[in-house]
Amino acid sequence: MTAHTTATATTAPTFAQSVWLVAEREIGSKLRSKAFLISFGILFVIALAGVIWAGFSAQSASTTPVAVTSESARYVDGVPGLEVTEVADRAAAEALVKDGSVDAAVIADDASPLGYALVVESDAPQGLLMSLSQSPSVVVLDPASSTNWIGYIAAIGFGIVFLFAAQTFGSTIAQSVVEEKQTRVVELLISAIPARALLAGKVVGNTILAMGQVVILAAIAVVGLTVTGQTEFLQGVGGPIAWFAVFFLFGFVLLAALFAAAAAMVSRQEDIGATTTPLMLLILGPYFLVIFFWNNPTVLTVMSYVPFSAPVGMPVRLFLGQAQWWEPILSLGILLVTCVLAIWVGAKIYENSILRMGGRVKLGEALAG
Amino acid sequence: MLELSGITKSYGTTRVLDDVTFQVAPGRLTGFVGGNGAGKTTTMRIILGVLARDAGTVTLDGAPVTAADRRRFGYMPEERGLYPKMRVLDHIVYLARLHGFGKADATERAEALLVELGLGERLNDNIETLSLGNQQRAQIAAALVHDPEVLILDEPFSGLDPIAVDVVAGVLQSRAAAGVGVLFSSHQLDVVERLCDELVIIAGGTIRATGSRDELRAEHAQRRFELISAGDAGWLRNEPGVEVVSFDGGYALFDADTDETAQRVLRRAIAEGAVTSFAPRHPSLAQIFKEVIQ
Repeated sequence: MTAHTTATATTAPTFAQSVWLVAEREIGSKLRSKAFLISFGILFVIALAGVIWAGFSAQSASTTPVAVTSESARYVDGVPGLEVTEVADRAAAEALVKDGSVDAAVIADDASPLGYALVVESDAPQGLLMSLSQSPSVVVLDPASSTNWIGYIAAIGFGIVFLFAAQTFGSTIAQSVVEEKQTRVVELLISAIPARALLAGKVVGNTILAMGQVVILAAIAVVGLTVTGQTEFLQGVGGPIAWFAVFFLFGFVLLAALFAAAAAMVSRQEDIGATTTPLMLLILGPYFLVIFFWNNPTVLTVMSYVPFSAPVGMPVRLFLGQAQWWEPILSLGILLVTCVLAIWVGAKIYENSILRMGGRVKLGEALAG
Repeated sequence: MLELSGITKSYGTTRVLDDVTFQVAPGRLTGFVGGNGAGKTTTMRIILGVLARDAGTVTLDGAPVTAADRRRFGYMPEERGLYPKMRVLDHIVYLARLHGFGKADATERAEALLVELGLGERLNDNIETLSLGNQQRAQIAAALVHDPEVLILDEPFSGLDPIAVDVVAGVLQSRAAAGVGVLFSSHQLDVVERLCDELVIIAGGTIRATGSRDELRAEHAQRRFELISAGDAGWLRNEPGVEVVSFDGGYALFDADTDETAQRVLRRAIAEGAVTSFAPRHPSLAQIFKEVIQ
């Protein structure tokens, strides 16, 4: 090699530059992993199929059989996709609803500002509600068995996306922290940049990947619904999806900092489970809660304020129309505060543990130092 | 000048380093020699700040070593490891960039260094696909790519074939010649002996000997001489002040009690017959090592 000068004056990269270099490497190494690309491809296809299926089934639901009386017939006049049966009076219409030969009855109702009401057995057909240009007031005959399947699908959708993205990138962070520790690359990295920059880079890199995934899935939902002509449904779900993305961003940063800290406490891949299992439960919890309790407003309300489940709970409540306008903002505030705390605690544990090889670092020791 | 002074480290009740004091001078290759568990790796990790010391100081040019100073250190840890799934060139470029080099500059340096270390053909292969010897070369590149002022290398020669040893030795010598202070540990005493200017011998956590290689040799010289002559050298046995170590016809290896005795033997040998060779035998590093660690 030709003359290499000693003490080449290089200025240290700034904190931000260091963070970005680490983040860039995290992203690059993930995008080069075949396993990651394949599993994301599968998720992509499932999401696309789900949205298209949901779109078409909502379309077919728009050829809805309805019963009308002579007074209410004019309200459905000219509404597309309805199979109208005219009956004598309200009692006859309700009978048809009860025996299932029509999905709903449109009846004259002086109490309603629209002048008519919709009588349904248990669910108001979403397609019908959307077809009627103004939402009529709904009289539910059997409120106990109300199961709004679109609400359920939305709940599961938010739950799965959160579970999948948080688990994928949470464990990616954990593995990459331990890989660096196990191979001692970390000793080289720490001699070049501060431990906090390394931690921040990992969190930033994986957050970008996870958000990228969420944004792509959201785009699939929007494009899929537009293509299948579900623009009204899109208007209903668009807001919750946007809120989900915002909540997910901070919820993921929170989890990422904790995953990095937990992984830094062990020295071998085999031991990761020992410290990250509690975090995995924090990810699985919201998923199962939303599946079992999606129609329980109390559980959902609690979920929508607890920082770890808010990314799932709040969008579902917004979608179901249960949340006031200020609620997501308050919940986001709580999430942000928790996020800052988690980063602070996570960074402390990480700094104190990352160079300690051998056995598991005790939590007390990791927090002291 | 990197100086360690009074470094002490214990794990529980076991004292692994006790008052470790030595220097690594710029422009010199310092060999760090000791048996397994003698404390070499612990000492190096303390220099790099990846392990905390209980007592003592590490200073660079008189001032305590800071994190900013350590950025100008090059380090090769005992346990080898780079990111297994990263390409060799990408990896070394990444490390250079973490040390503050721009992308183009970092790439140029990394490539030149890897070519110098004989990895020019493997730049785009993943680290994990390299043989152990080649991974070792990549590891050395990782320690060198930012042109450090001080190099701390833990067993840089272990696992290398003789050709690779020469390549790496050449690279380290060129760095030392350019003013870098190099500290390297090794079990291969012959390599250390050939390569190093200075020696630090550690055993049981304490420094047993330090100094330049030649000083140490002189210190431990026993006035041992080798004589090769045409005639039979049997007369040597009767010379006063001479102790014959080994003898075979015209060949003799002996210890003399004084330089005078040695000169007298040489004169007698010439008188006895043609002398092909008469030379002092320096103790090998292995001999010095065994002697000082006892």
